[in-house]
Amino acid sequence: MLAILDYKAGNQTSVRRALEHMGIPCAVTADPALLESAQGIIFPGVGAAGQAMRALGEAGQAAALRRAVDVGQPLLGICLGCQILLERSEENDTPTLGLVPGVCRRFEDNLRQEDGSPAPVPHMGWNSLRVLAPCRLLKGVEPAAEFYFVHGYYVEPAPALVLATTVYGREFCSLYGREGLWAAQFHPEKSGRPGLALLRNFYDYCREARHAQ
Amino acid sequence: MLSKRVIPCLDVRNGRLTKGVKFAGNEDIGDPVASARRYYEEGADEIVFYDITASAEARGIFLDVVERVAEQIFIPFSVGGGIATVADMRAVLLAGAEKVSVNSAAVKNPRIISEGADAFGSQAIVVGMDVLAVPVSEALPSGYEIVIHGGRKRMGLDALAWARRCQELGAGELCVNSIDADGTRDGYELRLTRAIADAVSIPVIASGGAGEPRHMYEAVSAGGASAALIASIVHYGEYSIRQCKEYMAARGARVRLTW
Repeated sequence: MLAILDYKAGNQTSVRRALEHMGIPCAVTADPALLESAQGIIFPGVGAAGQAMRALGEAGQAAALRRAVDVGQPLLGICLGCQILLERSEENDTPTLGLVPGVCRRFEDNLRQEDGSPAPVPHMGWNSLRVLAPCRLLKGVEPAAEFYFVHGYYVEPAPALVLATTVYGREFCSLYGREGLWAAQFHPEKSGRPGLALLRNFYDYCREARHAQ
Repeated sequence: MLSKRVIPCLDVRNGRLTKGVKFAGNEDIGDPVASARRYYEEGADEIVFYDITASAEARGIFLDVVERVAEQIFIPFSVGGGIATVADMRAVLLAGAEKVSVNSAAVKNPRIISEGADAFGSQAIVVGMDVLAVPVSEALPSGYEIVIHGGRKRMGLDALAWARRCQELGAGELCVNSIDADGTRDGYELRLTRAIADAVSIPVIASGGAGEPRHMYEAVSAGGASAALIASIVHYGEYSIRQCKEYMAARGARVRLTW
């Protein structure tokens, strides 16, 4: 079973629907016992960093995430979740969870796309990945596949963790992590078949990791 | 680089499509959920649902459609038609839509745009604009006027001024529908699309007039639009979404071709 962390920050329901569509057992939950017993945790989120950090602190879910990273329980951050796993966000100038070295920055003003057209913020729509390091979450995903993005801030994790980048006005990290701890800036739950494949790959990893323990 | 989006639009009345949607083999589908799934599988980048009923009773049926769509398609979709309050927006977003589209209600009460953007974020708020070409005048310097109620009521509001105002109020996108081009299948009103796209920095969706893939290419090139809204061009099985996108890609537009 995958636990989808519930901290009232948006897209838990669409993540749950995507998993259920594939027959993957899951629960949207803030219950520490359920989070601890899950094969893996998905940490979703849309909205602002400051507000999300307050919500996480109030309900004690931050502790569940910390624990997951400490014991090696598989974790997948999505969008805002991907951003606040890092140490600090320029959005609301907020210290964030600090589970992964790095910071989250605001897209600069007046960026331009490759064809010279303006690149207004937020970055919203379909864009592709430039894969820098092999990642099992992308198994079976075609190199030309595109993913759906909606964000005004981008992540800058420790360089060794960058798995893929995307270009919108500038090149930024769109997927980072290491075995068992991954984070995507895009929304796999809204990215059609390639996105569903990524979620399925995460679940497969969680099951194998559990069997290996 | 962002891909230009291709967005089929489905009109729903009492939970059914108002115009039958035909796919290969000319099978007629009246079920909006089944049609949405087909377009999702055919490579639509987003889907728009327009609820053209207004009664409170039909509203419940429509929300049920939205929820069933959200369970079956895994790309963003937006919902418009009859949305007049933040509560209306919340209902469709909770049912599973990513975005809501406001049109007449925003013209009558522009605050709905800022209230919606504050509550749900700009990315969730699309303003739909119905626009009529008119003689240039002091009140309408762009020669384009905002109309509501499907074009029946002229508002004396300049379309370019309104577009800028919508952006200031927090709209995330503008869907610009030319009343003159709508239904003609002769192509989008490119001069209008371009004028609005140049006046704002938020994405513009071109709407009204698509009859062949060339028109869609024109909308995202000469028209400066980020997306092309389409209806009959795909509803009657004349073109598939892939055919439209391949045409656009062959001309040099960046579109999503892998799904």
